[in-house]
Amino acid sequence: MDMSNTPTKTAEAPAIVPAVDVFENENGITLKADLPGVSKEGLNLRVEGDQLAIEGRVTLGEAAGLEPVYAEVRVAQYRRSFTLSRDLDTEKIEASMKNGVLTLHIPKAEQAKPRRIPVSVS
Amino acid sequence: MYPSLTRYSGDLFAGLDALQRELDQAFGLRSWPSSIRAANRGAFPSLNVGRTQDAVEIYAFAPGIDPAKLEVSVDRGLLTISGERVADLPQASDKVNVYAVERFDGSFRRVISLPEDVDASRVDAKYRDGILRISVPKLEKSKPRRIDVAVA
Repeated sequence: MDMSNTPTKTAEAPAIVPAVDVFENENGITLKADLPGVSKEGLNLRVEGDQLAIEGRVTLGEAAGLEPVYAEVRVAQYRRSFTLSRDLDTEKIEASMKNGVLTLHIPKAEQAKPRRIPVSVS
Repeated sequence: MYPSLTRYSGDLFAGLDALQRELDQAFGLRSWPSSIRAANRGAFPSLNVGRTQDAVEIYAFAPGIDPAKLEVSVDRGLLTISGERVADLPQASDKVNVYAVERFDGSFRRVISLPEDVDASRVDAKYRDGILRISVPKLEKSKPRRIDVAVA
C-alpha cells in the first residue's frame, strides 16, 4: 500500500502537564511550576501574542545500559500554556529555575496597576 | 530520559492521567493500589526505577526541596525516601488572589523494596534539578562476570 499520500500527523508529542501554583498581587502574577529534571538549558519559555507556553525537557543523567523496571514518569517532556490578559507586561517577565521549580513573575503594565482616582468636588 | 522508559508513553495516556488526577482531586477518589506498597496515583514524589549491570537506580521526581530536608534510609531491604515540602504560597487576602494551587505540599514518604542482590551499605544519593537519584550497587558476587576457560 502506498502510504505517501497519508497526511502527516501534526499532533504534538506527548508531554506531562506540570502542576502549577498561580497567585496575583498588586504588582503582577507569580506562577510556580514543578518541572523536576529540567535544567536551565532544557527550559523553553515562549510568549506569542497572549499565549505563554512553558516547555521543558527532562534530562536524568542516567547510567549507561539502564533498563527500566518500574516507571511512574513515562514522558520526558513537560508542556503547558496559559492565556495572558492585556493588563500584563509580557516584555518584563522574570523567570528563574531552582531545584526543578520554575518561578515566573509577570508584572502588570504600568497603566494597569491600581491607583487612586481623586474625586474632585465641583 | 532514557528512551526505553519513554517508549511506553502515548499522548492518550498522558492526557488521561491528567484528567484522572483532576477527577480524583474533585471527588476525593483514590484508585485501588495494585501492589502492597504501591502508592496512590499522583503520590509525591513520582518514582522511576531502573537497573544496570552494576546497580539499581532510583529516580525520585521531587522538585523544590531543600536537599538537607530529604531523608533516605535503608532498613532490611526497604529503601525509604521521606521529607517535607513547604508551601510557599502567600495567604489569600484582599491584596492577593490565588488562582491555582496544584503543587504538592506537606510531608511525604515513599518506600521501595530493594532486590536481594544489592549492597545496601553503599547507597549513593544525589539531588539535582529537582530529581533525587539513588544508586544502590549490586553485590560483587551477583554482577555478571566472564569465566575463563582453562585449557586442560
